[in-house]
Parts: sequence; structure tokens; C-alpha cells
Amino acid sequence: MSNTSIQERERQVVDEFMLFDDWMGKYEYLIELGKDLPLIEEKYKTDDYRIRGCQSKVWLRPDRQNGRVVYRADSDAMITKGLIALLIRVLSDQPAEAVAEADVQFLEEIGLNEHLSSTRKNGLKSMVQQMKAYAKALANGAEA
Amino acid sequence: MPTSTDTVARHTSFDVEAVRALFPTLQRSVHGDKPLVYLDNAATSQKPTAVIDRVRKYYAEDNSNVHRGVHRLSQIATDAYEGARERIAAFINAAHSHEIIYTRGTTEGINLVAFTLGQSGLDGDADIIISEMEHHSNIVPWQMLCERTGANLRVIPVDDRGELRYDAYREMLSDRTALVAIGHISNSLGTINPVREMIRDAHAAGALVLIDGAQSTQHMRVDVQELDCDFFAFSGHKMFGPTGIGVLYGKESILNDLPPFQGGGDMIDHVSFDGTTYDSLPHKFEAGTPHIAGAVGLAEAVAFIESLDMEAVAAHESDLLAYATEQLRAIDGLRIVGEASEKASVISFLIGETHPYDVGTLLDQMGIAVRTGHHCTEPLMDRYGIPGTVRASFALYNTREDVDRLVDALQRIQPMLA
Ligand SMILES: Cc1ncc(COP(=O)(O)O)c(C=O)c1O
Repeated sequence: MSNTSIQERERQVVDEFMLFDDWMGKYEYLIELGKDLPLIEEKYKTDDYRIRGCQSKVWLRPDRQNGRVVYRADSDAMITKGLIALLIRVLSDQPAEAVAEADVQFLEEIGLNEHLSSTRKNGLKSMVQQMKAYAKALANGAEA
Repeated sequence: MPTSTDTVARHTSFDVEAVRALFPTLQRSVHGDKPLVYLDNAATSQKPTAVIDRVRKYYAEDNSNVHRGVHRLSQIATDAYEGARERIAAFINAAHSHEIIYTRGTTEGINLVAFTLGQSGLDGDADIIISEMEHHSNIVPWQMLCERTGANLRVIPVDDRGELRYDAYREMLSDRTALVAIGHISNSLGTINPVREMIRDAHAAGALVLIDGAQSTQHMRVDVQELDCDFFAFSGHKMFGPTGIGVLYGKESILNDLPPFQGGGDMIDHVSFDGTTYDSLPHKFEAGTPHIAGAVGLAEAVAFIESLDMEAVAAHESDLLAYATEQLRAIDGLRIVGEASEKASVISFLIGETHPYDVGTLLDQMGIAVRTGHHCTEPLMDRYGIPGTVRASFALYNTREDVDRLVDALQRIQPMLA
């Protein structure tokens, strides 16, 4: 999986969600995906790693592995966990530069945006922004 | 409206299906083909066609500024605006229509009192008493007042069932108590507070009382003279009226003693750089061009409520509450938060360890509108050690079928979140 690009992974996720014709099915799948989320260590569940702007609590932490950026996260809400799991599936274990420049479109393609409340949409936006900001910092530090 | 001594006929004097037909929003579907089940009435109510049409008619036919015109339309608008004030005064049985101050809503009404009280020489060691179950709108303005004046905020605790600890309230009252500000009905728990007794006891201690009526005028008949409250604040949008309009009722003598809230046009008697004098009630508190369409729309909402047999409505709502409580309790792991003996049709609950937000999101997918979160009562959630609840709040147009749809949906959701 590590050799697939962000765009290829986005395609895969969109295709998977296409298989469900009703939204309860999509949500059920999202919740399942959340159960496999690579979890952040308990000790990092602090305000430093908390993402603001979500009605549920979300923690996210980046790491560098072989020049790639890897994320771990957690949330106290299952749907939120599913959403982060999707983001991590697409953006984690990718070159930091690629994440920093990524134009994440797959959530719209799935149609999730229409089905999320505005608070959740804002939360999702904060998550993407934070992941990109971390990647950018790592990309800039990588030369040193 | 025909009345009958026959109790069966009395109950059927409220025809919920006929009332539902008056609300366009209740006819719609969401997320494709899911008929809407609207259970977020404590946040805001839907609007009957009569209110929508009245607001439209105002803009389409009568629009003009009030109080200052000599022309025909201004007269029509002013008559409608002031006529609405009289209608609203009668609705809550105020002694005078000039005791009705138009506001943007409950929040602004409370801020008006908190601000002007602070400007009128409130004692630095005075107490303001509120309760643990208050909406942020009935907490923060008083915190701000206390910060400005040095007054102390005292908080009546809530017990496990969601009732005020009356003994603690009694002990708190003293000759230092300047004002008691209390919610008539809790928006998070549904608790109906014993405001009559609270007002009586506060008055005995020499304190003023403000009732936050945001959740009561849509459920029960309110008589401010009978309650003997000094202030009563409510919002149009929660009682089938437009957003952006509300009312602060205040006793004439007390309102007269308070300084103005905001300065501007419409609230003055005479303006000069040597000194400005203020207009009399209610205009003293209504600076600037008001929400005229909102006021006439609110009067129409009042007319709608008054067209109903409110006793039959209360019976209908209490049946909904009892039925929903019983049906929800039967769901495995479901816990109701707020089990006061006197409750309005508001039910907050949690299911096992599931996050309210997840439950709310999935209910939404099935067309069911509830609210999740702290409902602007964070201290209350802290009191129960929970981050929030799922809240289903019923209005007179809800039915037992709505409850069934909610319960079926929760049963479907439960295994998904297990
Ligand atoms: C008990 C209570 N007080 C105050 C308010 C504030 O009302 P508004 O937002 O209309 O000013 C609300 C509304 O949520 C409420 O439920």
C-alpha cells in the first residue's frame, strides 16, 4: 500500500463507498473502518495533540518513518474515528511533501459532505488542515 | 372553539393531524425520501403558514418604518407593530402593553436586565442567584454583571433527578439577594421549576425575580401577574413565531427605575448636546428601527396558540412525554437524564457508552432531527459528569408515530455503535 499515491488511494476509497447504495450502509462501513484506526498512544491524548473545532474529542499525532509521514489518532465518537481512519488511509505513510500539497477531494466525491452536519464538516476540515500542517513542518525539517 | 363537558370530546378538541397540516416544514422529507420527524423543538419550533404569510404580507403590502412617518404605510406598520404588542401583553396577561419590551430574543432580554441593573447602583456585595441547570444565556450575562460590579453569583444545585435543591435555595436567600434569575423549564432536562414558590420566597427576602421563559410559553399558559415575577423573557422562534424577535416583560415601576439599555433613535424624548432626555416605556428600551415583521409575525404565532384548546394541548404533550419515556426506557442500555416529577416534553438520554454525536448523526440519516451536545448548559453536563446528551424535544404537532420512528431508529442504530 505504501507505494500507492494519494490519488490512487482516494480512488480506492471512493470506489468502495460506491458499493453501498444507502447511507446507513455507508455509515456502517465508516464505523467499521474506525475500528481499525491506528491508535495514538494514550500518553499523547493531551491538549497538544487535540484538534479543535469538533463536537467530539479528536487527537492526532504525526511521526516520521523512512522519510514518510505516518499518523495515529483517536476520538471518543465512532463516526469521527471512521472519518479520521479514512483520512489516515489516504494520507498516512506518504511522502511529507505530497501530503502537504495534497488536494483532498474524495470526501466530496463520496458525497459525505452533504451528509455531515456543519460542525462535523468543520471538524473534518480542521483535521485535514492539521495533517497537512504537520506534513509541511516535517517536509521543511527533513532537509536538515 | 367548541367546548364540551364530556372529557372524551375534550381530548379530541385538539386534532393533531389538522394542526400538522398547518406546518409546511413538517410535510417535507430529508436525505432523499425520509419523511422528517422533527424532535428539535426546544432549539426552535416550526412555523405555521399563518405566521409565514403574515410576515410576507407585512413586507409585500405594509412595509414602512414605524413611529416616525406621517404617511399611510407608516401608520399601518405602526398600528400593526403596536397592535402586536397589545396582543402579546394579553397573551401573558401583563397589566400594561408598555411592559412588553421587544427584544431579539430571550438572550437579549436577560442581557438588558443584567446590564441596566448594573448601571443602577447595584451593591458590590449583592448576591445574584441562578441555578445549575440554567442555559448559558441565563448564566453569562450575570457573570458579566458580577465582574463589573463585584456582586456574587450564587448557584442553586440540582439533584440527581434534575430538580432544584429547594432547601439550598431557601438558605441562599438573604437581604443581600438582589435578584433571582431562574429558568421556567430546563431546555436540557425538561424540569418544570416551582417558579411560583421561588418568586414568593424571593420577594419575601426583598429580591427581584427574572424568569427565563424560553421553554415555557409554547407549552403552557403563562400569567405574569399571577406568577408575580418582576421580569419574564421569552423568544418568538420557540413558540411558532419568527426568529430575531422576543419579549422582555417587566413590571412598569421597575422598568421605569432602570436606565436605558442602548442609545439611539426611537428611544429619546429630546436630544441636545447639553443633555438628552429619554422617551417613556416601552420606547426607552427600544433603540433603533425594530424588527417590525418579527413583531407582527409573533402576534400571529400568539393568535395560533390562542386558537387552540391549551388544556387539550397539554394533555396531548403529556401523553407524548409519558409514551416516549416508556418506549425509550425499554431500549437496552438507554438512560434518561432528567427525571423530575414535573416535566415538559423534553427528553435527554444516553445509550450505553455511545457518543451522543454518533447517535444524532445516524438518526439524521433516517430523517429524525434531534439535538446532541451540551445544549448550552455546560455546567449542568459537568454536574452529571457527561459530555452531553441526545435530546428529543416534542411540540404540540408531534405524534406517537414520531416517537415510534425514533424508537425504531434507535433500535436499528444500537448494534451499529456497539
Ligand atoms: C432555557 C433557555 N434560555 C435561553 C435561551 C436562549 O434563547 P435565544 O437563543 O432565543 O435568545 C434558550 C434557547 O436555547 C433556552 O432554551
